[in-house]
Amino acid sequence: MVIDITKTRVLMDLKHGRPLVGCRFDSSGRYLFASSEDDFIVRFDLLTREKVTLAGHSSWVRGMAFVAKPTLVPAASIPSLAILGGLGATRKPTPFVLLSGDYHGNLLWWRGEEDQPKPFRTVAAHAGWIRAVAVSPDRAAVATCGNDQLVKLWSAADGRPLATLEGHTSHVYNLAFHPSGTRLVSADLKGNIKDWDLATGKLVRELDAKVFHKYDSGFGADIGGIRGIAFNAAGTQLACIGITNVSNAFAGVGNPLVVLFDLADGKPKLLKPKDAFQGTGWGVNFLPDGTVVGAGGGGQGRIWFWNPADAANTHTVTVPTNARDMALHPDGSTLAIAGANGNCLIYSMNQAPAVPPKK
Amino acid sequence: MNICDYACGTADHTVNRRLFLGGGAAGLAGFAGMTTPAAARELKSVQKRMLVIFLSGGVSQLETWDPKPNTDTGGPFRAIPTSVPGIHMSELLPEAAKRMHLLTLVRGINTKEDEHGRGATIMLTGRRTEPGLVYPHVGAVAAKLLTDKDAELPGHIQITPRGGGGFNKEDAAFLGPKFASVTLGDGKPPADLLRPATLTTDAEREAFRRKLNDRFAKSRRSAQTEAYTESYEQAAKVVARADAFDASREDPKAADRYGRHDFGRHMLLARRLLEQGVTFVKVSHTNYDTHHENFDFHIEQLGEFDRPFAMLLDDLKERGMLESTLVVVMSEFGRTPRINDRYGRDHWSKAWSVAMAGCGLKAGAAVGKTNANGTAVTDREVNGGHLFHTYFRALGMDPTKNFYPAGRPVPIADPKAAAIHEILA
Repeated sequence: MVIDITKTRVLMDLKHGRPLVGCRFDSSGRYLFASSEDDFIVRFDLLTREKVTLAGHSSWVRGMAFVAKPTLVPAASIPSLAILGGLGATRKPTPFVLLSGDYHGNLLWWRGEEDQPKPFRTVAAHAGWIRAVAVSPDRAAVATCGNDQLVKLWSAADGRPLATLEGHTSHVYNLAFHPSGTRLVSADLKGNIKDWDLATGKLVRELDAKVFHKYDSGFGADIGGIRGIAFNAAGTQLACIGITNVSNAFAGVGNPLVVLFDLADGKPKLLKPKDAFQGTGWGVNFLPDGTVVGAGGGGQGRIWFWNPADAANTHTVTVPTNARDMALHPDGSTLAIAGANGNCLIYSMNQAPAVPPKK
Repeated sequence: MNICDYACGTADHTVNRRLFLGGGAAGLAGFAGMTTPAAARELKSVQKRMLVIFLSGGVSQLETWDPKPNTDTGGPFRAIPTSVPGIHMSELLPEAAKRMHLLTLVRGINTKEDEHGRGATIMLTGRRTEPGLVYPHVGAVAAKLLTDKDAELPGHIQITPRGGGGFNKEDAAFLGPKFASVTLGDGKPPADLLRPATLTTDAEREAFRRKLNDRFAKSRRSAQTEAYTESYEQAAKVVARADAFDASREDPKAADRYGRHDFGRHMLLARRLLEQGVTFVKVSHTNYDTHHENFDFHIEQLGEFDRPFAMLLDDLKERGMLESTLVVVMSEFGRTPRINDRYGRDHWSKAWSVAMAGCGLKAGAAVGKTNANGTAVTDREVNGGHLFHTYFRALGMDPTKNFYPAGRPVPIADPKAAAIHEILA
């Protein structure tokens, strides 16, 4: 599969009807889960186009992550990939668990592949908002963070609390497991990123992303936070996205920015949009070739692509709504946007199929 | 007959405080009683006061006094029970919720004005902006009607979030500068409050000043010179009471309870000023104009507001002052039920709320209703005029009486409105 970011185009427009808050593809790539301002999570089946509503939260959900159950699906039975409009997805549902965290502090477990999933476990995980949820690479632990300034680890299997990591002094906006599974990073409103050793629970180092934070003295309030975070597959880089250069916090006047850290030396590199776009970056990820992709919005939305070597914004796609979240499909060539207009837009970055010659 | 003893000789100044308080003009009977010694003594012994907490920019009614959880407009927050069964508030006000039995909510406000300046005018004067006539702010009216003439401290003080103090003669309008507000920027005392050490209080120098002043007044007396004289005399009294402005004299434990941040300090200063006899204090808290990320910003701002507000209610109650102090939490307007694409809420004056407490009110009550998702008032719609009437009724005044600027009768409160009688004690 050849990725050509200049060929990025809308593959599907999945409508929900209420403003969306977050989105994630499940590990198999068949489903897209989108959370909404109506407190529901919506599961879009990309093969059948079936839409299922998951009811169980009583507030908004921003954090979603998955625990696949490989033991329940012998390798020999892993279904073949079906091709749907250039999108790779498994045809037969593979059991997996969806974990979702809401703004009332509840962390819910769901069997994501069921016809009508219902939460089978609820943990009162945080006082106030859960802002992010991540699952460890070995699928044993779940990490959550929130407005209580805490990072917490839970057993993915039974929901037992495993550890609480204290040290942030503002709302914790995001977190991510290092691909090695040995470290976890958490990032807060004020742009402080903490790198935790999971074996000891100790803070190993801190990274400075304060460029994302400002105390707007005119309005008497803080604005900032790391809105999206991702490691590259090799675990050598960490990308964070948010808003910077804020001149009016209450109107959202500022610019999206990605800070790309080289984890060997902790040095940051600033990836800026080429255009003078005003708004917030809400999602960031790495394509298989290392290209950094971010998405966000102000009055409308954008998808930006950067070459991490020279920080050049190599391509930009206009999105017809404020992109409040972005998810990268497991195939690495497809991404989804959670739109403020209530639609999930799925974009393909595959090289466009050659037009067959006319007979 | 020259009805004016000012140098200008016009009738423009014929209504003054003396006349207003019982000079015999028709229609002033409601105030005439205040001039009797008994009434004056009573007023002094139970001085009515008013505190306005102005949440600048327009606080969201949905994140405060009228939550609509789990609706298309409700946002992510819970509604929590309060100390009054059946009345809920946003979870962002846990301390206020515990004191709902002291509060009175007005949930059916429709001020029909979504612009900041004009919205503030409606809420502070009880009237819409009119060409040709500027109405006095509630603080000036309260100072005029409630302040003892021998009061040593200004009757109208506002505490603003940032530095820069001063005297705001505009907000007293035709009532005159005596009732205009003094701003304590960031809660700092008025500039030059303390006499420089190099100046003496030499009585001979003061007598000489009075002599010159009197000589000038004989030939050139005007409202302006009188205002200067009054201001000077007032300033002398204020200088003598400089400690009233110094919140650092309060018990450090009180500062801890109110919160070690600017708004906590400003609210503690407000308590001190009210205790010292200031009639009207307005404390502004900024900012709530959350077109972007309304929910994050309301967490931060209301997190700062809730505790000092609750502490002040407790202290007024404990000191026996709540019965004589009217507390009002207001804004220019509310915020849109609709959540915009940047998680913001915009300006919304069609259906919003104010919280009140104390003097003359039924505590633990809520009047007015909005529909299921808060987009419209469905019961007991009121506007700024109704609120203005209610404030002064609660303070024991008759707001249907008139002021007489330039001899023209001007009702204290908008005659097209009336008090919200359901919440008056």
